[in-house]
Amino acid sequence: MAIPLSYTFRNLWARKVTTVLTAGGMALVVFVFATVLMLEEGLRKTLVETGSYDNVVVIRRSSQTEVQSGVDRTQASIVETQPEIAIGGNGAKQVSKESVVLVNLNKRETNAPSNVMVRGVSPSGIALRPQVRMIEGRMFRAGSSEIVTGKSIAERFHGARLGETLRFGARDWTVVGVFDSGKSGFDSEVWGDADQLMQSFRRPVYSSVIFKLADIGTFDAVKTRLESDQRLTVEVKRETAFYAEQSQMLANFIKYLGLTLSIIFSIGAVIGAMITMYASVASRTAEIGTLRALGFRQRSILGAFLFESVLLGLVGGAIGLFMATFMQFFTISTMNWQSFSELAFSFTLNASIILKTAIFALLMGVIGGFLPSVRAAKLNIVDALRAT
Amino acid sequence: MYLIKLVFRNALRHKLRTALTVLGLVVAVLAFGLLQTVVHAWYAGAEAASSTRLITRNSISLVFPLPLTYNEKIRQLPGVRSVSYANWFGGVYITEKNFFPQFAIEPRSYFTLYPEYLIPPEQLRDFLRDRRGAVIGRKIADIHGLKVGDIAPIRGTIFPGNWEFVVRAIYDGAEANTDTSQFFFHWDYLNETMKKTVPRRANQVGVYVIGLTSADRAAEVAQALDATFRNSLAETLTETEKAFQLSFVAMTEAIVVAIRIVSFLVIFIILAVMANTMAMTARERVAEYATLKALGFGPWFLASLIAGESLAIALVGGLLGIVCTYPVAHEFGRAMGTLFKVFEVSNETVWMQLAAIVIVGTVAAVAPATRAARVRIVDGLRNIG
Repeated sequence: MAIPLSYTFRNLWARKVTTVLTAGGMALVVFVFATVLMLEEGLRKTLVETGSYDNVVVIRRSSQTEVQSGVDRTQASIVETQPEIAIGGNGAKQVSKESVVLVNLNKRETNAPSNVMVRGVSPSGIALRPQVRMIEGRMFRAGSSEIVTGKSIAERFHGARLGETLRFGARDWTVVGVFDSGKSGFDSEVWGDADQLMQSFRRPVYSSVIFKLADIGTFDAVKTRLESDQRLTVEVKRETAFYAEQSQMLANFIKYLGLTLSIIFSIGAVIGAMITMYASVASRTAEIGTLRALGFRQRSILGAFLFESVLLGLVGGAIGLFMATFMQFFTISTMNWQSFSELAFSFTLNASIILKTAIFALLMGVIGGFLPSVRAAKLNIVDALRAT
Repeated sequence: MYLIKLVFRNALRHKLRTALTVLGLVVAVLAFGLLQTVVHAWYAGAEAASSTRLITRNSISLVFPLPLTYNEKIRQLPGVRSVSYANWFGGVYITEKNFFPQFAIEPRSYFTLYPEYLIPPEQLRDFLRDRRGAVIGRKIADIHGLKVGDIAPIRGTIFPGNWEFVVRAIYDGAEANTDTSQFFFHWDYLNETMKKTVPRRANQVGVYVIGLTSADRAAEVAQALDATFRNSLAETLTETEKAFQLSFVAMTEAIVVAIRIVSFLVIFIILAVMANTMAMTARERVAEYATLKALGFGPWFLASLIAGESLAIALVGGLLGIVCTYPVAHEFGRAMGTLFKVFEVSNETVWMQLAAIVIVGTVAAVAPATRAARVRIVDGLRNIG
């Protein structure tokens, strides 16, 4: 027969201070654990949504990023003539020859400079990113020194809001619009006319060529043809894969550092649970003896104490997760080492993180409570009854 | 004297509980120390930077080069002792995981500007004679098992192609915080290759490094230098090497801040554990405290008994943790390879660990000590724990 659950609840309630302190320690660990997962998920989501599966990125071979890449005009024209490229509603090929550079802009808050990606796009480049929509102002006009800024850049950097001007490449650029790209990496970019930007930066080459496939099944054919073309020195990637690679290092860093910390911290919390449970067993020795004398089995005692510890873990887990949900209001903006440019992403919570966190909290409870519960179950009835 | 004896007797009454608490403290103090060391390592480059050197780069951003012709113009400026230049190469040694910075440098002037890179004279001579030669840091040599005379193949990401370098010299750091994870080779080798393959990228310099006649002229020289090239096709931005390095740290500041916050969270976690231990201990001994009071001991005696026990446990655990920090940090730094240029436990970290221990020990004792001091003898004697 099992010991009633209310016995466990009352025990926890009777030792409020201890319960609060133990669950509080666990809550902090769970908070760290959940936050790390949320950060990793936020970064992943930002980059997944940046790329589209039917878009293809062409960069110079082994250049890794658009900023380091250089595709000259001849090569870009060859890429442009591929028959698999989709034709847009206006009859034009959906291909954008882009120039991507980094400029130093100063942050509004700290005035510290940071690298911001400036992307020069061809007229059809905007249509290639359907997730981008203007939230203020309008799109830049081709052939002018107008630019539009991503939402995160407009918020964080001097001179990037609507109507303000940015100075780089010996020219003043007027911000005529702010766009939102649905939490994707484009939010951390500045867009302008490719030819104008290339002129002012005196860069005669494009950085990348992006095009949309008419039929997504033809990707392998295009890739093989372009990469084996003797006139070209390019690498062809799906846009989704390209952006996933761009933040591999940062994602791994967050993941490994975060998980290592969660594990080390959980040792502390598990020890806390163990101390509490051992004390809980010790102070109730007589009670345990009585329960055993009444006919409760060893497994029931084990179960009751284990449940108490698991409950502690779950209470801690619930508090920690609750605190972590508030992190969704925060956005982290840092330099992505691989692209060497500023990238903003937010903490994102989803069902799988909630589940993982719950399991983590549960595990801490089980591990912390196991040894004390075994001791409780193994107590000798007569000795236990004698204890005061 | 008997107070101390009593404190230790009390601490050892629940051996298992005390052992667990000490273990928790060791883990927490160790984690705190490692995280603080990570934060320090982040700033290591800036700390080692000299304030008598200036770095000049393109004002748009680092990815834009400056023309080689600026070299002579900079040299003519008053206050400038010597000028050298370097290009970030950004190549990959075998796989991406083996990251270390590579620079194409003008060798003679560069190494005179950086006296902290100690190169044996005969190795330096060999390097200067071989255009494909390279000077590598001790750390890279150790990690990848490279010796003088070995060939190091590097795949260019910014400068296309497969480049082969011959290790001609290995440098050591003059100070503990000198970065020995860099790879230097002849700027001329890079430039001659560029002239052949991508002529428009020839005669371009990434940054100029400027040695000053005296450190207090830094601001003046930087201003004069930037003014010289204002309204040219490549405007410059000049700052001290320290400011230059700090601007990199600032770009990843969000991560440093996150690590700092997390490092303090672990102290709160262990504080909860410690406070719990002390609360339980005191609760079990209420009857004893009442007895002591009945015998005539004052509330301060009881409070110091509890505080002493708390501090004693915290100190034992904390000191063990501090002692462990050194070997663990050493191993951690080795496992991380060249990710952190320098990974040394600083004295500041140890002081912070000590402060954290004392705070944890004191705060954990506050509530139980107050309760014990206030307990009424009659209530206490009635208490059955």
